[in-house]
Amino acid sequence: MAKFPDTLIPPPLRKPAKPGQNGHRNGNGASPNGDSEEKSVVVEKLKEAPVDLVGWVDERTGASPFLTGMLLRKVPKGTNWFYTLGSATMFAFIVQALTGVFLAMYYTPSPVEAYASITNITNDVFMGEFVRGLHKWGSSVMIILIFLHMGRVFFFGAYKYPRELNWVIGVVLIVLTLVMGLTGYLLPFDQRSYWATIVAMNINGTGPIVGPYLADFLRAGAEFESTTLSRFYALHMLLVPGAIIALIGAHLYLVVKLGTTAPPWVRGDTKPKSLRKEKVG
Amino acid sequence: MEKPKPAGYFEGESMTRRGAFTLGGQAVGGLAGVALVLPLVGFAVAPILDTPEERWEKVGNVDDFDADVYRPVITTIRSGIGEAGKTTVYVRQGSIDLEEDPNTFVAVSTRCAHLGCPVRFVRAAGIFSCPCHGGAYDFEGKVIGGPPVRPLDRFQTRVVDGQVEVGPRYSVTGDLEPVRARDPGEFTGGIWEYLYPPRPSTPPAPPS
Repeated sequence: MAKFPDTLIPPPLRKPAKPGQNGHRNGNGASPNGDSEEKSVVVEKLKEAPVDLVGWVDERTGASPFLTGMLLRKVPKGTNWFYTLGSATMFAFIVQALTGVFLAMYYTPSPVEAYASITNITNDVFMGEFVRGLHKWGSSVMIILIFLHMGRVFFFGAYKYPRELNWVIGVVLIVLTLVMGLTGYLLPFDQRSYWATIVAMNINGTGPIVGPYLADFLRAGAEFESTTLSRFYALHMLLVPGAIIALIGAHLYLVVKLGTTAPPWVRGDTKPKSLRKEKVG
Repeated sequence: MEKPKPAGYFEGESMTRRGAFTLGGQAVGGLAGVALVLPLVGFAVAPILDTPEERWEKVGNVDDFDADVYRPVITTIRSGIGEAGKTTVYVRQGSIDLEEDPNTFVAVSTRCAHLGCPVRFVRAAGIFSCPCHGGAYDFEGKVIGGPPVRPLDRFQTRVVDGQVEVGPRYSVTGDLEPVRARDPGEFTGGIWEYLYPPRPSTPPAPPS
């Protein structure tokens, strides 16, 4: 098995040379073979270092069977570009998560300062317009992609047994993505986001019996309160993304576990040799 | 044949040692979970039960207001959050034509009873008009068109030392009967009073 190369271990920590071995392991420079040969050995070792390092990690985590099973799994005949919509949605989410983390470095979730901090990001911070623009337009891209992905799964019949649970998880992910859109819309705190959020919270309030309490929970009170904005901020950057990450994990686990489906126009192999007897009972 | 007794069995026990410890472990874990989750839920929903301070804001002299036209004034309903805590209120003197006491003042909220957009009083037409979805209200705030489900809310008013003061919000039924304040989009009067319960801290409606 691969082992951690000696060259990467500081001399004091190396194993002492065994009796009779005149190796370079003791690291005291007393090599009878001379310096040039010593150097070429080091170069050789360094060349192998990345492979050795990966081997060292793999030996201790056992990750490679899992990774090869996940990344090099077999896919059915007829798999085409439509099957990339799910990965594309996840990539859009990763873009949102990364840009969001960096936007949070400059954003202030206070009703008095939020708009000023947004204009600061857009106008003054280096590349701020790009990062904020990526986050703003990326949100629409993610919602478009997630619905295209849902359409692909629906029209290819990929939601059928045994993949119903993955469909259910996917629907929850769509709802959470829309919640991200709703909560993120308030954060720039301009006139449009303020009034759009007022309307959205009041739509929640129109549900009989529970509606008023739901609206109160979202607003943190009876009116637009001092903590409404920070509540939306916490939902937008902590609670909902955490749930999305967890559910994407479950979604991917089931995709790997159950495999993907062939497109509906690909017929099964009906040659007698490949048919198996149906097992009953 | 009888099942072999588990290790540590003694005569007459109703539960194995393993079973007792499993149950105990789950109970402790469950208690710890509840002890964490309940305070967090309470932390998040507590504002619903908060009673906001009752604010009375001076909005002008008694002489500043007429009975036949509204005058917009700006009041603060939540302090410390700048513009977001302020709202426009339309105030007029009680009108004899509408069988109101001329010594009282009527303060109509600009919060549309449909979904909460800000309505504007159009003086030439004598109506309130909402920019979002086309809600329209007459001079008294009763719905005359569009999607709103009830008349415009009002604020309590009083006169202190010749100054008109605007107080807590209340909602009205279709006949302008005062009821406790409701959110936009919620019907008032009759059975709707039960289907859209006001939050516990909402102040009582003023006598009509």
